[in-house]
Amino acid sequence: MNLQAVDKIIDRYEAKSSALIGILQDIQEKYHYLPQEALSLTKKRLNIPLINILSVATFYNIFTLKPRGRHLINVCLGTACHVKGAGKILEKLERELGIKRSETTHDLRFSLETVRCLGCCSLAPVMRIDSDTYGNLRQDKAIKILKKYE
Amino acid sequence: MNKKIENLEDLERIKEEGLKSIYPDKTKIAVGTATCGLASGAEEILETITREVREKNLSMTVTRTGCLGFCQKEPLVDVLRPGWPRITYCEMTPERAKKMVNELAQGKLKREWILAKMEEEEFLIEGKIRKYLLNGLPEAIDEIPLYGDVPFYKKQMKIAMRNCGFIDPEKIDEYIGRGGYQSLYKILTQYQPDQVIEEIRKSGLRGRGGGGFLTGRKWYFCRQASGDKRYVICNADEGDPGAYMDRSVLEGDPHSILEGMIIGAYAIGAHEGYIYVRAEYPLAVKILKKAIGQAEEYGFLGSNIFGSGFDFSIQINRGGGAFVCGESTALMASIEGKVGEPRAKHIHTVESGLWERPTNLNNVETWANVPAIIARGSDWFSKIGTKESKGTKVFSLVGKISNTGLVEIPMGITLREIVYDIGGGIPGGKKFKAVQTGGPSGGCVPEKLIDLPVDFEELTRVGSMMGSGGMIVMDEDTCMVDVAKYFLSFLQDESCGKCTSCREGIKRMLQILTRITQGKGEEGDIELLEELSQVVADTSLCALGATAPNPVLTTIRYFRDEYEAHIKDKRCPAKVCRDLITYTIDEEKCTGCMRCLKECPQQAIVGERKRPHQILQEKCIKCGMCYEACRFDAVKVE
Amino acid sequence: MVKLTIDGQEVEVEEGLSVLEAASKIGIEIPTLCYHEALTPYGACRVCTVEIIRKGWSRLSAACTYPVQQGIEVKTNSEKVRKARKLILELLLARCPTVKPIQDLAKKMGVKKPRFQVDNEECILCGLCVRVCQELVGVSAIGFINRGTERQVTTPYQIHSDVCIGCGACATVCPTGAIKIEDDQNLRKIPLWHTELKRKRCKVCGNFFAPEVEVDFLKTKDLQLPQDLFEICPDCRRSELGNKLSRLKTTVPRNFLTKI
Repeated sequence: MNLQAVDKIIDRYEAKSSALIGILQDIQEKYHYLPQEALSLTKKRLNIPLINILSVATFYNIFTLKPRGRHLINVCLGTACHVKGAGKILEKLERELGIKRSETTHDLRFSLETVRCLGCCSLAPVMRIDSDTYGNLRQDKAIKILKKYE
Repeated sequence: MNKKIENLEDLERIKEEGLKSIYPDKTKIAVGTATCGLASGAEEILETITREVREKNLSMTVTRTGCLGFCQKEPLVDVLRPGWPRITYCEMTPERAKKMVNELAQGKLKREWILAKMEEEEFLIEGKIRKYLLNGLPEAIDEIPLYGDVPFYKKQMKIAMRNCGFIDPEKIDEYIGRGGYQSLYKILTQYQPDQVIEEIRKSGLRGRGGGGFLTGRKWYFCRQASGDKRYVICNADEGDPGAYMDRSVLEGDPHSILEGMIIGAYAIGAHEGYIYVRAEYPLAVKILKKAIGQAEEYGFLGSNIFGSGFDFSIQINRGGGAFVCGESTALMASIEGKVGEPRAKHIHTVESGLWERPTNLNNVETWANVPAIIARGSDWFSKIGTKESKGTKVFSLVGKISNTGLVEIPMGITLREIVYDIGGGIPGGKKFKAVQTGGPSGGCVPEKLIDLPVDFEELTRVGSMMGSGGMIVMDEDTCMVDVAKYFLSFLQDESCGKCTSCREGIKRMLQILTRITQGKGEEGDIELLEELSQVVADTSLCALGATAPNPVLTTIRYFRDEYEAHIKDKRCPAKVCRDLITYTIDEEKCTGCMRCLKECPQQAIVGERKRPHQILQEKCIKCGMCYEACRFDAVKVE
Repeated sequence: MVKLTIDGQEVEVEEGLSVLEAASKIGIEIPTLCYHEALTPYGACRVCTVEIIRKGWSRLSAACTYPVQQGIEVKTNSEKVRKARKLILELLLARCPTVKPIQDLAKKMGVKKPRFQVDNEECILCGLCVRVCQELVGVSAIGFINRGTERQVTTPYQIHSDVCIGCGACATVCPTGAIKIEDDQNLRKIPLWHTELKRKRCKVCGNFFAPEVEVDFLKTKDLQLPQDLFEICPDCRRSELGNKLSRLKTTVPRNFLTKI
């Protein structure tokens, strides 16, 4: 694995250990997950214990140690969305994709996550796929939207 | 090229340019492209309008703007045509947008698609009213209601959201055009730091993030604390589900926060500032970055601001998807690169916070109020609101309400006014049940208390709290036991897990609530919940755990009958709890169209075409697809 | 110096001490699980909860992390405290029903059977093992991962640790006995940390003693000890010392023993 990109990211933050979260965020943006080799390099360059890095990587929801699918679906389970039936949307997606939340489809097309909340409460229930936000969902509408993503 | 603004003259010059940009000589179309707008399709509308203007060679400017608050009516498009009042189109689609552009070119408007018109605008910072020069008005203009007459807007008063929807958030000149950075100039040239603190103190401004601490007092203690360096932080973690006030200010008027922070930093003696934005707000981060860059270019950030000798810089830290990082000590741990574990606040963060140095943390909305208070004075601000709660508060009015959106109202307005006058009541003719305020740390306020004036003290008195401003309206179809279960489930996911009380206590409370919603509730469950609530509240290490029992306690307090129905009668009065309801088909209403049959994921519906269908209860998973699919209202929930 | 009252007794202590430490000075023992005097207090278990009355306000707080303040009144065994402590122990017992120290503490507080569905954990997430490995040993082989109810202590990727020196300090400080160290012939096994380490062979008797990595680790610390000491097991060292001492004609200096 070419780790030049990781070195560059760490350089940008001047290899400061307090910048760990920002560094991990940039690594995740590049690789769509946190590869083991990238974390080992981060440990070396920041001179902090590996377990500390993993504590942070597993504490915060946005990070994942496992490769994700091409498209990330985030179903909002905020209060407004919950009250308007977000739970049913999540279940419908789980059934349709054959996976549970925090899992990735076999063909690596979709990863399904939940989030609370996206801040679009007026349009509840809401889901986000990659950087596109969709509101006023219904179960069938949600499935139709999936078709847009290869 | 040096664009630094060094004196009032420079500022005034940019202000004029900003005003020209906001109110150009030709028609301007502003599309609301904050996250809500985008989620409703605003990007496509923006593209359609831009394309139409280009193809038809029209002399019009097309621009973006922030959130006008009436999210229910998104996508919103504002039109500023010289000679006309400001027109706000609502519920736009690309097709409508195209038609609108063409009609505009002919000097016409489409009455049916318009929400309101604005004949004058308030320039809050300068305390001026700017009237639109009217001539050559189109037909039907009189039929359009004035913005101030629209029930949603009538009782609102915008201070924190003064610029949202009126400027392009990516144009600093427009912020300056509406009086921006004048307050900063004022304090850097005329005030000593102590005087700034005194002004904020006199205004009575209280933290808008949930704590409600007197801001001036906090600044004072931070300034007094001993230490070589101090910091100011903007808490933009806005984790309460259902609350998005901060997001709108971040996306619609980022400079109001920057200006507030620079003023605060000067007052406290800090030279470094942090804005901690939650991971779920990528657009806000993007807009903030641009705003900081522009502020640096103009010299509002950096060294020797306005030639005063004061240096200040701001850094953005992104959150990692952890609600607990909205708690100040966890937030600071996160900035330090650690996990978001709170620490007990025996020693306050104003004395020992970020890197154990004096740190002043305030919420987005609090910072946004600062330039307005400096500009108009503490007297002006303290006349708004109630005795203990001065000023306005932005609320996100969501849930089962006709007019969802963001509202900024003076403290003291009653819940009834918010729900019925501003919110337009409950849709579908349903009965109002309760309003949840304060997020997972708050509680619900039931119908019988609807005449409650909304302010910090009153909400706390009835067992809830102001919190960050989320206001979720619930109706007769909401199960309050399910609501309590929802909040506990949220908190269980978000608990950092360090202390026994919160981690184990919430887990057990959730187990009991889950049993109750499954019809397995037992005599004594309510008492056990209350007992757990007391200990979790008293012994948790941080506010997350300490306030976790609130939703449970308030729902028991005001809706005990619902709990008892679940426990004793194994019945869910609101027909929400899966295990306690059944879906059936009303044979008289069923037309045999087979739509539900096709939608059912479990093949649990049987029936032939034109014959009444039946749901096989053993197979039914209560997903509700049939209920959504039926056009004849034949699916019943019992 | 700070003056405060604990259970009706006045006590004066240096600033910076915790209420727990202050109480200990006057012989008042407050039960703890996640506290160890050699490590930074953490405040996780909440067993040491006491009532603090300050400026007329009463609140419960963990004694191990609450700093002594002038004029406060501390109650270590009021009804409010007992009620809270009892429920906390009930919660811990429901989590770890088979752990004897928890059973004993719970029984002392009057907890009979937990009113909750019991789990089968042995770890109470007190963090002592993590802190000793980080603060005293300095290798940080283990730490917390995840959060909330998923929180647990483990090694990176939950596999064999390549920085663990097998010193067993974690097992020594563990209040529940959840960490087990098995010395099995030439291997030291710590199943909880998925780690197996080769043990060093004594040059004198040929028995296996400390893990090789632990000895190597100690060699890097400037302990000012003769090199051959690291090749000999503790039994042989003792008999070596015994031999050396019996040959000495002068008195042994006081600090001689501490150097071994």
